[in-house]
Amino acid sequence: MINFEKVSKIYPDSSIALSDVTFKIEPGEFLSVVGHSGAGKTTLMKMLLAEEYPTEGQVLFDKIDVHRLRRDKIPEFRRRIGTVFQDFRLLPNKTAYENVAFAMEAAGRPDDVIQTDVPEVLELVGLPDKMWNFPGQLSGGEQQRVAIARAIINQPDVIVADEPTGNLDPINTFDVVQILKKINDLGTTVMLATHNKGVIDFLGKRVITMEKGRIIKDDITGKYVL
Amino acid sequence: MTFWRNALVSFTAVFVTAVTLFIIGSVIIGNAFLSASLRELENKVDVNVYFTTITPESDILLLKTRLENLPEVANVEYLNRDQALENFLKRNNADASITQALEEIGENPLGAVLNIKAHQPSQYLSIVNYLNDQTENVLAAGNQSIIDRVNYADNQIIIERLTALTTGARELSIFVSIILIAMAALVTASTIRLAIYNSKQEISVMRLVGANNSYIRGPFVIEGVMYGLLAALLSVAALLPAAIWVTKATTGFFGGINVTQYYITHFGQIFVILLAAGILLGMFSSYLAVRRYLKV
Repeated sequence: MINFEKVSKIYPDSSIALSDVTFKIEPGEFLSVVGHSGAGKTTLMKMLLAEEYPTEGQVLFDKIDVHRLRRDKIPEFRRRIGTVFQDFRLLPNKTAYENVAFAMEAAGRPDDVIQTDVPEVLELVGLPDKMWNFPGQLSGGEQQRVAIARAIINQPDVIVADEPTGNLDPINTFDVVQILKKINDLGTTVMLATHNKGVIDFLGKRVITMEKGRIIKDDITGKYVL
Repeated sequence: MTFWRNALVSFTAVFVTAVTLFIIGSVIIGNAFLSASLRELENKVDVNVYFTTITPESDILLLKTRLENLPEVANVEYLNRDQALENFLKRNNADASITQALEEIGENPLGAVLNIKAHQPSQYLSIVNYLNDQTENVLAAGNQSIIDRVNYADNQIIIERLTALTTGARELSIFVSIILIAMAALVTASTIRLAIYNSKQEISVMRLVGANNSYIRGPFVIEGVMYGLLAALLSVAALLPAAIWVTKATTGFFGGINVTQYYITHFGQIFVILLAAGILLGMFSSYLAVRRYLKV
C-alpha cells in the first residue's frame, strides 16, 4: 500500500536526513518506527504527507507517486492520511467538538453528517463528556485523544502518529496506544514513530529501527533494540 | 469567527485601515478644495482689448463673435463706451480731480472694451496672437487699426506665474496623494498580516487535515473585507468633524469652497470610494498574508 523506494533526503547544508530508505507497508499493518532523535523518523512521515520532497527515490501511496502530485491535489490526498503529533496541534480557541468537526468541514462534509459523526468519534476515544471543553481545559492525554479523534474522523486509510506519547505520563501513554491499536483492529493502517520501549513491547508488531537516516533493522514482531 | 477572539489585533487592523481611508478621503476633499481655489484664481485673470474711440460698434461685435468661436475662449464680455466710462467713474468716484478733468474734456475719452476669458491661463497667448493677426490684416488692407491697446503684456507675467503655480500645485497634490495612499496601504497590509500571523498555527492545522487552499483562505479574506467595511464606516464618521474644523479654519480664505458643504453634498460618492478602497485593501492584504503561510 505504501512503498518507499530508495528514498534519500539531503539538505542543502549537506546534512543527511534519509539515506536510501526502502520499505513497504501492507494494508492493515501496524508499523512502529524507532530510533534516536534525528534518526529520520519525522522526515520519513513528512515524506509520506508530501510536506518534504526527497532528493532521490520515490514514495508510492497505492499507485500515486506522492511527490508528483499537483499542488492543488495535495489537500485531497492528505485527507487519506490522519496525523497525530507529539504536541497535539489542536486549535486553542476551538472546543474539542469544533476541533474534530473542523477536519470534516475542511473535507467538505455536510453538516448533518458532522453533527452525528463527531460525538461518535469522541465517544470512541473516551471523551463523550468533554466535547465542549477547550484544549486548555483538557489534560495532555485528553488533548491527544481529541487529536486522534480528529485524525480518524474522515476515515483515512492510514494514521501517521509522530511520537504521540512523547508528552504523556505512562497511564495516558497506555490509553493512547490502546486507542491506536483499536483503530488498527478496525482495519486502518497505522504508522507510529516512538521512543517508548514499553509501547513497542506491548504492541508486539512490526518494528523498523532507524539510525542516522538508514534503516538498520526491520522485524516482523519487533522488540525495542537500540 | 476569529474576529472576536482576536479582538485587539482586529481593532488595530480596523483602526489602521480607517486611518488609511481617512487619508484617502482627505486627499479627495483636499483636491476639490485646491482645484476650486485655483479655478477661482484663474477666473480673476483676463485679457482686455481697448478699442479706439472712433471704432464702430459693429466692428467690435464682429470681432467679439469671431473671438467667441475660438476654442480657447471661455467668454467675451463687451463694454460699450458709456459702460466703460461708468466703470471708470465708479472706480474713481472719490477722486475729484479726475471727475473734474473729465468734465473739462466734455466728451467721453474712453473706447469700448472686450474682456476675454480663456479656459486655461496658458491659452491667453494664442488668443493675443490671434488678435495681433487680425490687427495686421486690417493694417495691411490700408485701414487704421481699431484696436487701441491689448493689456496682455501687463498681465503676461501674472498669467505665466499663475500657470506655473497651478500646474505645479496640481502635480504636487497628485504626487503627495499617491505617496500618502501608498504608505497607508503598506501599513494596512502589514497590520493585517500581523493579525493573520496569529492564525499561522490554525492555517498549518488546516493544511494538515487536508483543507483546500481556497477553503483556508476564505475566512481570512472575509475577515479582511470586514476590516475594510468597518474602517470605511469609521473613516466617513471621522471625516465630518474634520471637515467642519477645516471649514472654520479656512473661513475668509480666498475663493475656496465650503469643505463641509462639499463633503455633505458628495457624501455618497466619497462613501462609495472609501468603502470600495477599504474592502479591496482588506481583501487584498488578507489574500497576500495567507498566501505566505500556504506555501508548502
